Amino acid sequence: MSAWNMLALVGEDKPGIVAQVTDVLYRHGWNLGEASMMRLGGNFSIMMMVQGTGGKEVLRPLIEPVAQALGLRFHVFPIHGGLHRHLVPNIQVRVNGADRAGIVAKVTGALAQQGFNILELDSDVAGTPERPIYIMCIQGFAEATVEALQAAVDAAKDTDIQVDVSPIETFIG
Amino acid sequence: MAVLEILTLPHPLLKQEAAPVEVFDDELRAFIADLEETRRAGPAAIGIAATQVGRLQRLLIIDLSSKPKIPNHGHLVLINPEITHWEGFELGREGCLSVPHYTGNVIRAERIKLKAQDPHGAPLEFEMQGFEARAVQHEVDHLDGLLFIDRVVSRRTDLFQRKVYQKAGG
Repeated sequence: MSAWNMLALVGEDKPGIVAQVTDVLYRHGWNLGEASMMRLGGNFSIMMMVQGTGGKEVLRPLIEPVAQALGLRFHVFPIHGGLHRHLVPNIQVRVNGADRAGIVAKVTGALAQQGFNILELDSDVAGTPERPIYIMCIQGFAEATVEALQAAVDAAKDTDIQVDVSPIETFIG
Repeated sequence: MAVLEILTLPHPLLKQEAAPVEVFDDELRAFIADLEETRRAGPAAIGIAATQVGRLQRLLIIDLSSKPKIPNHGHLVLINPEITHWEGFELGREGCLSVPHYTGNVIRAERIKLKAQDPHGAPLEFEMQGFEARAVQHEVDHLDGLLFIDRVVSRRTDLFQRKVYQKAGG
């Protein structure tokens, strides 16, 4: 099998984008691997692992017309790695507080110093335009204890930001 | 004793409903020993159901004895398990010996009441919560021909959209 490429598409959201993009890939013999789509600020965004004959020189001209028709920007690049390389998170970190610059940098900086590897991250701004609230949920893997991680983020964060570090027990059966 | 082969998706037996155990004999208990050895042989599995080794009988093993911080009843062999009461709901991460290289979030009841029989046919009753209740629900699903991927929800799913735990098809 040929190597994997990452295809990233971003643009104004509308129904049918995934169907049209994957149809082009399917009809030209390209394979899909892992993919993740998010709607961020009303924008459609997706990253997908794709595999097929030829590299981005082949893929680009395939995607170009459909991306143009849908008003999407896209990027294709070869990647290392492959399927079946999942890591299971063992720690969850929930953050919330008044929205202000530096929350993510301070919290994730403290976590990184403890060897915490972020595997999933979602953040959003809730509240009202006048009083925005920043909410973030991180899942990741660390050898460090929950107590050590909590102490590290507590020392790094501002006092009006709440950070809760808790274990994730994954049931296998 | 023997380590049995674990069936993986898309094996058709994983989608079938298992029949009740009616004979509690030495053959059954020898199978339970094999099933336990199989559970211990693989990657750290907390539970296993007979269906996962292709024996379509209502029988499962869970063992949370290695998790002292979590309320649990230790090592349990549950035959003909029947969940009689569901309460609350909780999102948690699950994986499965029959679905390698995948974990996902599943909504399960937070507390359950359970009736079952032991390997000699004697009746058992439990009240379980949290992780142990999740373990039983995951394994009982196997006996009903369901996998956790039949129930998996997006990590962005709002837990409070669903008010009650529902059996599949319910």
